[in-house]
Amino acid sequence: MGFSKDQLLNRLQELEIDYTKYEHPPVLTVEAQAKYVSSSEGALSKNLFFKDKKHRYYIVSAMVDTKVDMKVLSQRLGLGKGGIRMAPEEALTQLLQVSLECVTPFAVVNESARDVSLLLDQNFKNQKRCIFHPLSNEVSVSLNTSGLDKFLKSIERDPVYVDLEANPAVGKDQPPDLAVYVPSNSVVIPEISNETSTKQTPPPKSVSAEVKPVASGMPSDVSAKPSKPATKGKSVVVEKSTPLAFKNPEKFVEEIMDKTSALLLSEAKVENVEALAETLRKRLTSELTHLAIMYKNTAYTEGFHAGKHSQPKRL
Amino acid sequence: MEVDKKDERESESSEQVVNPWEVSAKDGGKIDYDKLIDKFGCQRLDESLIDRVQRLTSRQPHVFLRRGVFFAHRDFNEILDAYEKGDKFYLYTGRGPSSEALHLGHLIPFMFTKYLQEAFKVPLVIQLTDDEKCMWKNLSVEESQRLARENAKDIIACGFDVTKTFIFSDFDYVGGAFYKNMVKVSKCVTLNKAMGIFGFSGEDHIGKLSFPPVQAVPSFPSSFPHLFPGKDNLRCLIPCAIDQDPYFRMTRDVAPRLGYSKPALIESSFFPALQGENGKMSASDPNSAIYVTDTAKDIKNKINRYAFSGGQDSVEKHRELGANLEVDIPVKYLSFFLEDDSELEHIKKEYGEGRMLTGEVKKRLTEVLTEMVERHRRSRAAVTDEMVDAFMAVRPLPSMFE
Repeated sequence: MGFSKDQLLNRLQELEIDYTKYEHPPVLTVEAQAKYVSSSEGALSKNLFFKDKKHRYYIVSAMVDTKVDMKVLSQRLGLGKGGIRMAPEEALTQLLQVSLECVTPFAVVNESARDVSLLLDQNFKNQKRCIFHPLSNEVSVSLNTSGLDKFLKSIERDPVYVDLEANPAVGKDQPPDLAVYVPSNSVVIPEISNETSTKQTPPPKSVSAEVKPVASGMPSDVSAKPSKPATKGKSVVVEKSTPLAFKNPEKFVEEIMDKTSALLLSEAKVENVEALAETLRKRLTSELTHLAIMYKNTAYTEGFHAGKHSQPKRL
Repeated sequence: MEVDKKDERESESSEQVVNPWEVSAKDGGKIDYDKLIDKFGCQRLDESLIDRVQRLTSRQPHVFLRRGVFFAHRDFNEILDAYEKGDKFYLYTGRGPSSEALHLGHLIPFMFTKYLQEAFKVPLVIQLTDDEKCMWKNLSVEESQRLARENAKDIIACGFDVTKTFIFSDFDYVGGAFYKNMVKVSKCVTLNKAMGIFGFSGEDHIGKLSFPPVQAVPSFPSSFPHLFPGKDNLRCLIPCAIDQDPYFRMTRDVAPRLGYSKPALIESSFFPALQGENGKMSASDPNSAIYVTDTAKDIKNKINRYAFSGGQDSVEKHRELGANLEVDIPVKYLSFFLEDDSELEHIKKEYGEGRMLTGEVKKRLTEVLTEMVERHRRSRAAVTDEMVDAFMAVRPLPSMFE
């Protein structure tokens, strides 16, 4: 399961981050939230969850009054004028593991949100406290940005504050100023219903961190690619299917079967079945062994990561 | 440790020069490997040894052995003797991370080492000499460390088994038992000796002088207490390019005085530049080599335009005289990378007797190299920073001999 509100609040306490908690009936909008948490407690935030055409995701958290122009943002990210739009609900639930109404910077605590880029309104820094949902829309917390920064650093994220209302020119000599915050990995959300958002690039072609559907029994994918979205500015290199083949047993077997049948079909003219078997063995052994080694290395690395991050038993 | 033919100093000697920082042939000709073996005092790797490897490993010897790419050795027969009796060994190789751009020549020792790891089922340590490059190439410490990690990714992509491989960078790992061995080695090598072996002078800074022990001590199992505890007699085999020989001559000289076994070596010749044996592969000339980041188009282009051809000037002349296989680069490259012995023989025969044209040979080479680079790229894409961390973690390797 994704992080729960209580786990998050515990974590904030462990980190000795100063915050104030407000409980209230579930709120679906900022206006509703404002009824229960007055502005004297802190600045309310609006939180938007975007995706771009290459399946990369962004949380933009801003002061309510800050104007967020999606066209401008898209250009500043280097995605052209219409490069981003609101992310679909499945992405929200699968990547951020929160419901529609409580997108929040805290959602990046989930492993599934590893590759989501988080952009925070610069104006937050002038506020004594800011208000966010702690993974639940029945609670709000107010805290100072230094507390938020401390939390983000504890999960190995660099806090990124941006002047969201700025509209710098983007052209040949003025590179998009936010391009460095585009995640280096795209994320494939397995579609349960018909394809809506993932039509542009079919899943096998992107370097992706696979998010396994909840039904398979696995909670958030521990093994998502660990590169930090905030640090790389290069666009994703589109590779053929293999990265998945190194991680996913089914894809691994599929890759083996593909290669074997391709070779079988191309050598089919050989009359002698034994000779055919010999040829297959000779031509495929080295390549398939290589595939298997990368598979093994990937699995070991996932275990290594899990070992490094496993928490000691709480007594 | 690099197969880099870039000249650091202009040498007009009538003798060929081969050392870790300079490789140049006599009068701009070809490297005379027989003379080199004589001068260095190592042995030729002959057919009988290759057959023995085949028998002991129950598989076809690696293409680099069959084609004489790895052609010289020291004590390799002793390693095989011990192996036959059930005494294992470990492998040690390395890279000097001076640049991010790796070309095929850089991959050769790693491709061979991977084969050795698989065939003999033995563990491997890989040293990234970031400190060396920081000193010799005047890089910042951070940059050399960064390059070390980036190079580690390409190395891992060659297909090493993480349960049997330990990669380390000098800046990270030097200390503890490793450093103790470094000091022991240092005590056995006088300044004069070091200057004699490596060509140091009074003008060189003391960092350079004190580097050779760093490259020497991975040959001793006690340098890796987390890997080989209590196995002080474990032998070491070092696959490397022959220009690294001086480091290990020194090491072999010192080892008995420390009560350690001498490391064995298995050495390769140099990978020629696209422009020919006399050309120099240089990081500043991207057309002198095929890089692992080259696209299929780049490869085709480079081979067609820059690969030095031994074919004749005109088709008629070519059909009459045949190609000069001695200087032809495409055939040379194929002898490194084309697995199929019979196909290579066929090409050499047809091309050498004028029936096959350069274009056809180049086409075949382009195919072979494109497939190789493609496969490398795919594997490289799967290497994450976490995987590098896993390979570089100071951890035990319980299944290292399985």
